[in-house]
Amino acid sequence: MRELLLRLLTGWAALKALRPQRSARQPDPATTMEQRLGSSHRAESIVAGLLGLAAVCAFAFTAVYAAGANTQLLGLALGLALLLAAAAAIVAGKAVVRQETAVQERDQLESADATEHVLEITHSGGEGISRRTLLIGAGTAAGAALVTAAATPVASLGPRLDRIHATPWRRGVRLVDDQGRPYSAQQIEIGSFYTALPEGGDTEDLGAGIVVLKLPPELLQLPAGRRGWAPQGILAFSKICTHAACAVSLYRYPTSEQTSAEPALTCPCHYSTFLPGQGGKVAFGPAGRPLPQLPLQIARDGSLRAAGGFDQDIGPSWWDVHRV
Amino acid sequence: MSRAQRFVSWNEQRFGSAKGVRWLLRYVFPDHWSFLLGEVALYAFIVLVITGIFLALFYQPSDTHMIYHGSYTLLDGQQISEAYHSVLNLSLTVPAGLLMRQTHHWAADVFLAAIVLHVMRVFFTGAFRKPRDVNWFVGLTMLMLAIFEGFAGYSLGDDLMSGMGLAIAYSVAMSVPLIGAQLAHLLWDGSFPGGSDFLPRLEIAHALLIPAALAGLISVHLALIMRQHHSQFPGRGRKESNVVGTPMWPGYALRSIGLLLAVAGILFLLGGLVQINPIWQWGPYEPYLSTNGAQPDWYIGWLIGALRLMPNFEPTIAGHTPIPNPFWGGVAFPGVVFTILFFWPAAERRFSGDRRRHDLLDRPRDKPQRTALGAALLSWVVLIFAVGAADRVSFRLNISYAAQIHVWRVGVWVVPVVVYLLSLSAARALQRSGAHPLRGSPRVRLRRRPSGEFELVDAGSPSPEIHERSGGHGERRCERTTE
Repeated sequence: MRELLLRLLTGWAALKALRPQRSARQPDPATTMEQRLGSSHRAESIVAGLLGLAAVCAFAFTAVYAAGANTQLLGLALGLALLLAAAAAIVAGKAVVRQETAVQERDQLESADATEHVLEITHSGGEGISRRTLLIGAGTAAGAALVTAAATPVASLGPRLDRIHATPWRRGVRLVDDQGRPYSAQQIEIGSFYTALPEGGDTEDLGAGIVVLKLPPELLQLPAGRRGWAPQGILAFSKICTHAACAVSLYRYPTSEQTSAEPALTCPCHYSTFLPGQGGKVAFGPAGRPLPQLPLQIARDGSLRAAGGFDQDIGPSWWDVHRV
Repeated sequence: MSRAQRFVSWNEQRFGSAKGVRWLLRYVFPDHWSFLLGEVALYAFIVLVITGIFLALFYQPSDTHMIYHGSYTLLDGQQISEAYHSVLNLSLTVPAGLLMRQTHHWAADVFLAAIVLHVMRVFFTGAFRKPRDVNWFVGLTMLMLAIFEGFAGYSLGDDLMSGMGLAIAYSVAMSVPLIGAQLAHLLWDGSFPGGSDFLPRLEIAHALLIPAALAGLISVHLALIMRQHHSQFPGRGRKESNVVGTPMWPGYALRSIGLLLAVAGILFLLGGLVQINPIWQWGPYEPYLSTNGAQPDWYIGWLIGALRLMPNFEPTIAGHTPIPNPFWGGVAFPGVVFTILFFWPAAERRFSGDRRRHDLLDRPRDKPQRTALGAALLSWVVLIFAVGAADRVSFRLNISYAAQIHVWRVGVWVVPVVVYLLSLSAARALQRSGAHPLRGSPRVRLRRRPSGEFELVDAGSPSPEIHERSGGHGERRCERTTE
């Protein structure tokens, strides 16, 4: 009995050792369904011709580069070289080489045996552990703490939100144009609008840019608290849209009786439209709050100056934005 | 030994690769034009990497200001940033620099277009079903990354357009409830337009982090396709358990190389001949500058449309502004679209009760509900995208911008319902008639057997195969497969 078992075992081992040799040549992964040897002299000549032309164009690229590198000619040469080579490859793939339609069996992926085995192996790793819950709990705590620790330095990426409400505008700051020349009150004409910056201020600051315009008294309907903010009808607003921070650079001022719409400032990004005569009130578009107004004063020398800061936060809204 | 023999055995002795190579050479790809869309995206990515490396060697991510005295005299004496200067220089002075930059830009637009069309193909043919649901998630993640990647790319130039785009992106970040301001300040290294670390960060994101993530996900995407094999449309000899098509060697490899070269060729032709993003015309960016008629690259258009369409709604609660307006168009809208797409495979499994593996594709008509809902979602997104161009319509056709917005605020909810109903009835009508929407009715030949009954004669095969397939809602029916 023992002998028989031994013989069976050795026989099985020998068979197993032999197996790779017996099936050294495995079957083709794909079986041919249809095939056609398609090559003809003509197709081969076409491919050769296309490749030749591709070579000429590719050489031309280098030549054009050497001769001053005209962008259009460079693109033409390289683009044509690549397209001719593409045509050659496609003609070769379709008409020169063997055409074959083959069938390949899909891997069925799922194997019940292997699944079960993996589960067994996994479970066997945890055999003999008595306080499983404790270890899993401790592992989870350590993992979570390590991930938090690893993520903490992300906070260094940005400064704290201390300057978010700050702008360079204070009482007495002169309004200047983008060349640094101060604006005087006489300069401001009805129907035009002007971009002004704070004298000596950082022009990169989001709060720096303002629009200045003048309205006739009949179009001025500022909220009650802003009586002295527009000397001689001259108004200033933050140039940064309260919707998405683009510069409000369109001004509509009706010049004929037929267009009854009142003067409006519009942002070209999403067309939020604000009414300067009503203190920057939103007339149309997605902006959620008025354009912040800057109170103005006219100094003795006639120059325009800020009479204070903005009435609310400039720029786009956020959770804690100060609004009117 | 021949040279080929020596080459193969050299490899075999070192890597034992012959088995794998044999598998690869005999690997079968099913043929259908729509399967090439993903390949086009892959090849556009290759062009992006090659041209992008060239650009990276010239770009300087610095917001330090300088006075321009270069070859473009219209900007002479202007104060500009070093970043803008490096891109101007690359475009106008470096030989072949403009070709590379424009090709890179065109490749990005084609990359995104190919991905979006590929996602649509996968959706409407049901290719996202098990076992390809994981690849669907990988693909959607790549689409999101590609949108960020493209936006980061055209924001690097620090020209007027890029600055306007970044201002909007900053506002959208600020609009995230509760954490928005802190988030924006982390990303921008301070308040907009950001600290001096911002441009280097943007460059690292654009030239290293996102491309590396994309390359990793592309590898996973392709590895999963190799493992699972490509899905195929039903047809002669095609079964759930097999794949019928062209083996890799030699036919498919040559055709695929041809496609790579064609994509690259068209992109370089575009890059050389069709101007794109001429930043020297836009001028430098300052926060107080903007221009009218600005449009983003096409794949950001849907977000601009949503931002523009959103009514003026920004409530305050106890002195706080919980949801600033840009949140709706910039975060909620794309969030809803991607959530629907991500949950679609699970939702369809749940509602159809079909949890089986599928390797044969549906025609859109085979699943009228999926097709109609997908078409409705698509029409919603496309309409909002189109509304992003309402200002152009207003300039060209003189139709009031405000009137268009008021109409579409309602229209974008009505049109998808109409599209849903029309697609549903179209799919059902096609199902009944068996017609191809473009090619018309199928020609069916019948033969009468001596015993009296009729049989179908397929023109291509002597023995017509009749496949049994399950319909959308569990009913089984017989239908003749068409090719």
